[in-house]
Amino acid sequence: MRVGVFICHCGRNIASVVDVHWLKNEAAKLKNVVFCEDYIYLCSEPGQKFICEKIKELNLTHIIVAACTPSLHGETFSRTLESAGLNRYLLEIANIREQCSWVHQNTPKIATKKALKLIEAALAKLTYAKPLTPLRVPMIRKALVIGGGIAGIQAALDIANGGFEVYLVEKEPSLGGHMAQLSETFPTLDCSSCILTPKMVEVAHHKNIHLFTYAEVKNIEGTVGNFEVTILKKPRYVWEDKCTGCNDCVDVCPVIVPNEFDQGLGARKAIYIPFPQAVPLVYTIDLENCLNSKKLIVCENCFKACGPRAIDFLMEEEEVKIKVGAIIVATGYDLIPLEALPEYGGGRYQDVITSLDLERLLSPSGPTGGVIRRPSDGKIPKSIVFIQCAGSRDPEHGRPYCSKICCMYTAKHALLYKHAVPEGKVYIFYIDIRAAGKRYEEFVQRIVEEERVLYLRGKVSKVFRKNEKLVVLGVDTLTGRTVEIETDMVVVAPAIISNNGGKALAQILKTPIDEFGFFTEIHPKLRPVESPAIGIYLAGAAQSPKDISESVAQASAAASKVLALFSQKRIALEPIKAEVDVKLCKGCGICVKTCPFGAIKIIKKKKKKYAQVSKAVCQGCGSCMGACKFRAINVAHFTLKQLFSQVDALLEG
Amino acid sequence: MRLVLKSETDVLKKVEEISGQNVFSCYQCGMCSAGCPMSEEMDLLPNQVIRLLQMGAFDEILGSSTVWLCASCYTCRARCPRGVDLARLMEAVRLIVLRKTKDDYIPPARMVKEKLPQIALISALRKFTR
Ligand SMILES: Cc1cc2nc3c(=O)[nH]c(=O)nc-3n(C[C@H](O)[C@H](O)[C@H](O)COP(=O)(O)OP(=O)(O)OC[C@H]3O[C@@H](n4cnc5c(N)ncnc54)[C@H](O)[C@@H]3O)c2cc1C
Ligand code: SF4
Ligand code: SF4
Repeated sequence: MRVGVFICHCGRNIASVVDVHWLKNEAAKLKNVVFCEDYIYLCSEPGQKFICEKIKELNLTHIIVAACTPSLHGETFSRTLESAGLNRYLLEIANIREQCSWVHQNTPKIATKKALKLIEAALAKLTYAKPLTPLRVPMIRKALVIGGGIAGIQAALDIANGGFEVYLVEKEPSLGGHMAQLSETFPTLDCSSCILTPKMVEVAHHKNIHLFTYAEVKNIEGTVGNFEVTILKKPRYVWEDKCTGCNDCVDVCPVIVPNEFDQGLGARKAIYIPFPQAVPLVYTIDLENCLNSKKLIVCENCFKACGPRAIDFLMEEEEVKIKVGAIIVATGYDLIPLEALPEYGGGRYQDVITSLDLERLLSPSGPTGGVIRRPSDGKIPKSIVFIQCAGSRDPEHGRPYCSKICCMYTAKHALLYKHAVPEGKVYIFYIDIRAAGKRYEEFVQRIVEEERVLYLRGKVSKVFRKNEKLVVLGVDTLTGRTVEIETDMVVVAPAIISNNGGKALAQILKTPIDEFGFFTEIHPKLRPVESPAIGIYLAGAAQSPKDISESVAQASAAASKVLALFSQKRIALEPIKAEVDVKLCKGCGICVKTCPFGAIKIIKKKKKKYAQVSKAVCQGCGSCMGACKFRAINVAHFTLKQLFSQVDALLEG
Repeated sequence: MRLVLKSETDVLKKVEEISGQNVFSCYQCGMCSAGCPMSEEMDLLPNQVIRLLQMGAFDEILGSSTVWLCASCYTCRARCPRGVDLARLMEAVRLIVLRKTKDDYIPPARMVKEKLPQIALISALRKFTR
């Protein structure tokens, strides 16, 4: 074993605290160390070249780099080893920046000693290191996209156009997500359906896309390259292949219920499509409201009216199993309910509505045909008070984050309302106007100026009813005055929250969500579309509040990650996997229960029971290693022997 | 006291007509007040005047000394990032106050008798002498 130790100054990050020259001299004295040198930036081109040359020149077999965290440059230095012909697993990084110089700035002497300890510990671990080779397994080059909003649609189309098959699973009867509910979109004022519907149709007709609407993902097993997915198709009670979308059934159905798609402001029948442009154009019976139940058929109106005999009350839910290599999560967002905002009269006054309600009132295909009518009496409001940041940026009530899109859509709403009711008056309560985006600030300022919209900087304390009007009490902190406004309608911009079912889905996917239920990315800056679970990517508002252009951009980014993955037929997996020592294993099965990925099975061979690890499924997390009473299971590169000797070295002296 | 906000007042329309300015162009950055040489002496800052105009609270401005102390030096006009000519708005407010007295016209003799501030005189003269 011929060890080379390379100590990095990291400019002044390390060298201004740790005495690197002393460190170099001391490290050079350690057992098996044949070369030790310090260098200003090891991660630079010349720095890596230096390591490479020394390996070749001195026949070094193992390398220690004392520098920053391995999560930053572990890959860089592993490649350096490979380019010098060494196995990348014969590298150990001693983190003397984050774990030393940065945290002990005021005690340089002790920091220097600790740096030496960290190098000794790395050496101890390296002593038992073994060269490892990556596993190569065949990859299933098909993708699953969960969620059929604009993000999911875009991701599915990009992958499908790249030549690979995609399964798109949407839980509602139609594709489209929230974008389908919108009237016109900021900052260009494109009609939302006009730009969305063609994409929905493209999905439905694409030869590479298998569309599952009214379906959910029930279970996922396996890992990148080899996921096994169980999809649950909920019964529509209408056969997709037979229904022609003629609408004859709707005419005869006697049940009228509020239409969720119209935010309950319009009605639908028990057999319905959520909106006229729905894709697929297949009707669905909502059995909860239908007069019939599974056991008792009392109404056959639609059944009789249906020419192609598409209706089937006996339809059962169906499970479909598929295999994919990569998954994109695009499950979108929800809004906090009005009832959560009692100070604004939410849930109490009919004319206090949400921004999404207003989108439906503005939409030409909405419940009022695009005329803004207030819910209580159908009158066109002569004034509207908008309340932004309703529940957002409010850490005391659990949501410290900015919902990001409400500033923009509220400005848009002000404009659309003023176009419809030119003499109408608009007041907007806001805390800050956040309009960072291409042409966004210009959009807002143009509306303020041209439509003479009065922005009031401050919060609303109370909304109450006075005869037919609503009275809004609030403050304008710019003038330092409390204000009172009598208005016909109040529109609140509720905080964007993660999708209701997100938590359950995260459990199925075994991928983390943050404290607010949004899916977490592996690195917020450099890897924003990848989840920490390899092979699972994120798109759209499922990750954090986003507008359409950002959702589309992220969807295409996620798709390009999938396409890059699919560019190879086999996939290389890290060889850092659990290995069972059959001699020590007693087959007790504790590891089977501990493994979060279901990678371990107990098998019986020649009368001996022992654990067996599926290398393709194991993620190398080490849970089993910690749980095994007999020390029979070890994760390669992090074996008990390696870790114990590392800890011993740290505690010595 | 709570400000009761009503739809746009006629006075605001008049102010905008006289000054040729759109008060909603202002985004309340405060550049005008920051640079105004008279702001130390004013009870309302220049940006507060335009803010109250936006809110239609003309009465609040009437009781204030600001429009009379404005020296019409045009520093605000020169610096405003939104191109608002605040000096003209100040002038418009002054004119409306003066005109209110009688038939849009005040003979200089009366101004003197009423001990109007100098700036009002200059303002009136500017208006009536073309
Ligand atoms: C009032 C309002 C106005 C807006 N106006 C604009 C605008 O003018 N311009 C603009 O750019 N943006 C606007 N937005 C933002 C826009 O709605 C979002 O950017 C966009 O909808 C995000 O798309 P998405 O696909 O990520 O999420 P979503 O649209 O929420 O779609 C997610 C989809 O996933 C499905 N789903 C959820 N969970 C599951 C599951 N477990 N399994 C299967 N499917 C699932 C949902 O049913 C849904 O179809 C507005 C938002 C609001 C609230
Ligand atoms: S986008 Fe604007 S309104 Fe929405 S939470 Fe952020 S600051 Fe508030
Ligand atoms: S400088 Fe212009 S934009 Fe800024 S507060 Fe004054 S008038 Fe308004």
